[in-house]
Amino acid sequence: MNRIKRRLATKEWQLHLMIAPGVVFLILFSYLPLYGILIAFKEFLPSKGIWASPWVGLKYFDFMMKLPDVWRVTNNTIYIAGLKILLGFPVPIGIALMLNEVRRSFFKKGVQTIIYLPHFLSWVILAGLILDVFSLTGIVNSFLGWFGIEPFYYLGDNRSFPWIIIATDIWKNFGWGTVIYLAALTGIDPALYESSVIDGANRWKQTLHITIPGIVPIIILTAILSLGNVLNAGFEQIFNLYNPLVMDRGDILDTYVYRVAFQETNWSLSTMVGLIKSVVNSVLIIAGYWLAYRITKYRVF
Amino acid sequence: MSKLHDTWGTRLFGVINYLLLAGAAFLCILPLINVLAVSLSSSHAANANLVGLWPVDFTIQSYKVILSRPEVLKAFWISTERTLLGVLLNNVLTILMAYPLAKSAKQFTGRHVYMWGMIFVMLFNGGLVPTYIIVHDLGLLNSMWALVLPGAVPIFSVILMMNFLKQLPSEIEEAAFMDGASYFTSLSRIIVPLSMPVIATVTLFHFVGHWNDWFSGLLYMTDISKYPLQTMLQSVVKGNDIMTLDAAKLYADVSDRTLKGAQVFVTALPILVLYPFLQKYFTKGIVLGSVKG
Repeated sequence: MNRIKRRLATKEWQLHLMIAPGVVFLILFSYLPLYGILIAFKEFLPSKGIWASPWVGLKYFDFMMKLPDVWRVTNNTIYIAGLKILLGFPVPIGIALMLNEVRRSFFKKGVQTIIYLPHFLSWVILAGLILDVFSLTGIVNSFLGWFGIEPFYYLGDNRSFPWIIIATDIWKNFGWGTVIYLAALTGIDPALYESSVIDGANRWKQTLHITIPGIVPIIILTAILSLGNVLNAGFEQIFNLYNPLVMDRGDILDTYVYRVAFQETNWSLSTMVGLIKSVVNSVLIIAGYWLAYRITKYRVF
Repeated sequence: MSKLHDTWGTRLFGVINYLLLAGAAFLCILPLINVLAVSLSSSHAANANLVGLWPVDFTIQSYKVILSRPEVLKAFWISTERTLLGVLLNNVLTILMAYPLAKSAKQFTGRHVYMWGMIFVMLFNGGLVPTYIIVHDLGLLNSMWALVLPGAVPIFSVILMMNFLKQLPSEIEEAAFMDGASYFTSLSRIIVPLSMPVIATVTLFHFVGHWNDWFSGLLYMTDISKYPLQTMLQSVVKGNDIMTLDAAKLYADVSDRTLKGAQVFVTALPILVLYPFLQKYFTKGIVLGSVKG
């Protein structure tokens, strides 16, 4: 036993060699950009590079705090992301519980196969579909036409746009969201159901007293971890669906950061807004992990 | 009496349950079927808003137009190339990182440093502009490498595989080490063959990730002829692709709408073809990922 250990100790360098390529990539593309954050505190001039650009201290921080656009997009971000979490959270739980009651496995598998599908398609593909079905001549307006509702461009209206975003996000993700609950449901001891039948419990009572308590820990865990997404309203989705008509209510932090950088070429401001968002986001995620550990004793790592 | 009542209640509940689930599934697939039907209909039917779930005046003209454009075929090839290269790189790095990290800190000095170094970048990164500047300064703009190198280390996959390897009993390797095998030999001869289910899962994660990625193409390719297919679709969908609009005017049977639909399905094709595998192995991955060693 000890001989193996001693032998392996002389080979430990092999493990460091194995991990080295990955470490090089992380340094290049994850740690070097951290140094690039400096441009949030500089007047970044692409011709001079990061180091030679002049320092401006907190100029862009002060500028950002006074910019009405920043407050508008922060509001929109929290509004859209918050409603996505709030309204999207119960849907997969409900669907998983309903699937759990299905006894015909071909029906269950069929439903699962279909509802998982949108998860695997990119937001570009889905935006192609959504822009078509919600267009003035799309199937949604045709359907509403049967009830005498005039065609309306829901994606070009500030009141309806956030709701389309929330609804289509739930549409994409609810099916896949059931997987984790279905996995938890298979972990419930069947003996509990058997003994409850002897005690005279019907299906409804079983759901209420065995099934739901069985998945409560995982429900609490996903609820806590989803709090880390309060600032993530969905860049890929909104970037592909928004348009100049809905900037008031549809523009979010991430789309704003992109436009400030690549359309207005104000690199320093974009980096500053991105940095503040990133810091707050990390704090939220760490708080979520910490809470999850305190409450459910679940270690994410 | 009460027993009969229960049975009826349960039956009624069962029927409603089936109907609601069927409705949810129908809603999920409806936009796909509708747009597929539009893409297979004549421009007249599509523009007159006659298409529901079935093509009207069935024609594959839109697909012919799309697939006869050399730009589309080139973008398809770029996507294929970057997916193959990206998956290979992701897989190699996943295996090479997960194996040492699955060892204890006693066997692998500095394990915690590596681990936290990896977790830190998962929580906090430089953001859009600083990453862009690095890619720019490394001279990667307009090159295939800009699409695969920045995301070369798939941290989630590394953690997934590491958790799997931690569950393997250490005796598996001991006989080999007794015979003087190196870590490299053990990894390639013993660990990789045993990890095939996880490797299949992460391979599919990486495949979907690379095929579906459109943003790095938009960001790092200033030359639009170097766009991967998803980035090209992005400009078609957003109405920035003038060629599609021109083609819509050029051919009688197609319109902007049917062409966009066809482009969506051409872009989604590889995912749809591989979907049965994707579903199976992704589900496995979630279950594997939630089991802790």
